Amino acid sequence: MYAIVAHAIDAAAVAAAVADPATGATVTFIGTTRDHNDGRSVTRLEYEAYHEMAIAEMRRIGETVQQRWPITRIAIVHRIGVVPIGEASVVIAVSAGHRHAAFEACHFAIDRLKEIVPIWKKEHFEGGEIWVGSQTGQRFEPAT
Amino acid sequence: MEVRLRFFASIREKLRRSEAACSVPAGATVGDLLDQLCRDYPPLADVRGALRVAVNQEYVDPQHPLADNDEVALIPPVSGGLDVRNRCARD
Repeated sequence: MYAIVAHAIDAAAVAAAVADPATGATVTFIGTTRDHNDGRSVTRLEYEAYHEMAIAEMRRIGETVQQRWPITRIAIVHRIGVVPIGEASVVIAVSAGHRHAAFEACHFAIDRLKEIVPIWKKEHFEGGEIWVGSQTGQRFEPAT
Repeated sequence: MEVRLRFFASIREKLRRSEAACSVPAGATVGDLLDQLCRDYPPLADVRGALRVAVNQEYVDPQHPLADNDEVALIPPVSGGLDVRNRCARD
């Protein structure tokens, strides 16, 4: 399951989507919105996606994970729009025969997602707003 | 030939639009298109070094040749960790 939704993510439903009688482990990662960042108090977070490509990249991550680890299933769901502080912006669930593969695959999937999936986050804070990116080796500092 | 442009996040805000169409000469590459866009939309020139480009929803290099009706997206740094700040417009 690969999805981008504009409502709250039901993490249990994402985990249930990877359930399989052949698995002995399910790892679920829940990324939640934080009320502070870089010394600033964050009042609101907003996500935007290049929907079609984001889904395609999520699917590619799933395929890579399936090739590298003996996992059974993977599900990735990302939320867009305003996500209230403390709620899930992304949920990834991975099921496998054994826990090591499930942990490693889930870790890889979330790192890769943040690196390549075209979804952007805007932080609103007292007195301003900022687009946050994490592309390795790339800085984005437009002239003011 | 003509390509369809898509802008997101900070780029969309800078250019005040999410889509555009653009004519490019036959044989043009992604790099050629970026040169042209930076002339047409001067705010882009400031951030060109931070952009990645996707053609038909796949990341490509500047050498990638364009085809008629390609969908070309300008991808600013994506959401995530703490190391890169993507400061925009309203400062």
